Amino acid sequence: MILEVNDIHTYYGESLALQGLSFSVNEGETVCLLGRNGAGKSTTLKSIIGLTPPRKGSIVFAGDTISGKPAHRIARLGIGYVPEDRRIFPGLSVRENLEVAEYRRSGEAPAWTVERIFDEYPMLAELAGQDGDTLSGGQQQMLTVARSLMIQPRLLLLDEPNEGLAPVIVQQIGRLIDELSQSTTMVFTDQSVQFALKHAQRAFILERGKVVHEATSENLRNDPDTQERYLSVA
Amino acid sequence: MKQNILTGVLLAVIALLVALPWFAPYFYIFVFTEILILGLFAVSFNLIFGFTGMLSFGHAAYFGMGAYTTAMLLLHLDWPLLYTLVAAMALSGLLALVIGFFCVRLSEVYFAMLTLAFGMMVFTIAHSWRDVTNGSDGIAGFRISEFGLGLDLVMGNPAVYYHVTLAIVVIAALVLYVISRSSFGLILKAIRQNPERVAFCGLNVRSYRLASFVIAGIFAGLAGALMAPFLRVASPELMHWSLSAEPVLMSILGGTGYFMGPFVGAALFVLLETWITSYTGAWMLFLGIVLALMVMFFRKGVLGTFLDWWMNKND
Repeated sequence: MILEVNDIHTYYGESLALQGLSFSVNEGETVCLLGRNGAGKSTTLKSIIGLTPPRKGSIVFAGDTISGKPAHRIARLGIGYVPEDRRIFPGLSVRENLEVAEYRRSGEAPAWTVERIFDEYPMLAELAGQDGDTLSGGQQQMLTVARSLMIQPRLLLLDEPNEGLAPVIVQQIGRLIDELSQSTTMVFTDQSVQFALKHAQRAFILERGKVVHEATSENLRNDPDTQERYLSVA
Repeated sequence: MKQNILTGVLLAVIALLVALPWFAPYFYIFVFTEILILGLFAVSFNLIFGFTGMLSFGHAAYFGMGAYTTAMLLLHLDWPLLYTLVAAMALSGLLALVIGFFCVRLSEVYFAMLTLAFGMMVFTIAHSWRDVTNGSDGIAGFRISEFGLGLDLVMGNPAVYYHVTLAIVVIAALVLYVISRSSFGLILKAIRQNPERVAFCGLNVRSYRLASFVIAGIFAGLAGALMAPFLRVASPELMHWSLSAEPVLMSILGGTGYFMGPFVGAALFVLLETWITSYTGAWMLFLGIVLALMVMFFRKGVLGTFLDWWMNKND
């Protein structure tokens, strides 16, 4: 088990956004959090990375309790986070955006370097000198994911990676998730059941700040009732 | 290509500055000594303002700390100037570390207010602790017996002091430039754009903000340490919050986006002040008008506006 979220309660201001939410992720798995708007998907990821620390409950990552730690420490432990707004550093070039996050654990050769990113994603190499704010939405999303790789993550959190992107870009992001899932454990959120079932092995359905259903993608695909009950099938 | 032209222009300016005492009227030696010192003060300020995105209203505290350190070491211990400069940098850095420790926890307007509050406290201490600081009279009556390093320089000669100042300011500016171009400087720029995202990259934003605050304090202290022998006094005015406003104005005037912007701003500030006050006492009115126009129409400052126009020309 690489990530265990145990009964967390997280407040957003005064309102209780997560009310005893629990789930766990095995090493190497790709998991999707599904649910309608406001179900608590984003807040769950924000609680894991330390942006909205839970007031109750615990989060354990690779044996370390991370709930209550500041975001940068959690990131250092190896959790990469791609926020919903997917913004980059607009005034920095693509290369600089990656360099900011460059991190080497002592005594270990980093798996991800700027050169490797450019090798694997030639599109970013072509844009290397360009300022972040000249990039399209899809390019920015690619760059944000690439930046999150620079911290050498063992777990990647992606919050609604497809939001606002054109269908052809969504396909690219799907391919990216598939590729990365070969080497990294991943948790992503999405509103589209189809996308989730295609790219994740397991799904957790959230409603009003709790996990209300857990299933393998296989099972959920053949379970239109559950899909109907908890998810707006758009 | 254009980068080479800029480097050439910069070298030419430095050469002109070196030669200044041989062709300019005597009076301008004083004007340019002041420009160099305030330029360094403004550039150090811009490390936290232009790079890290923190608006400090208490930067004169470190400038004044440097001035007092040098003045007292010269007066009481008769140290060589160079040693007093090093001591001034160390003490100003220490002061910035203590004040910064509290300030960097806050952001935006609260940060600005807390730096202002600390600046007022430091000023009041300098003003009221008569036994040590000599109150509003300040520390005066010191002289520089030697520069240090065995160099035989006649420090009492304004042209010599100008050259010493020029050399030290150029070295200090180079160090600050290297810092601003390093990966550390890159992280400061990223923090200005979005501190939260920097945390996601696994970096402790608060430590980086504190580090930039201390570095800025160290170099403000160096500027102040050069100012005291120039004015022949270290007085509480050098810590006053109105002096904290000067690097803000100079940075905006010259442009916060380019490293040399605050230097250009300092030069314009001092030259305009010199020329306008020879005609009228209403210098602040003119400064106000110029600044209002800059902020409304030329946000990037004089240097920033020019360079952006020139760099994009023919593209």
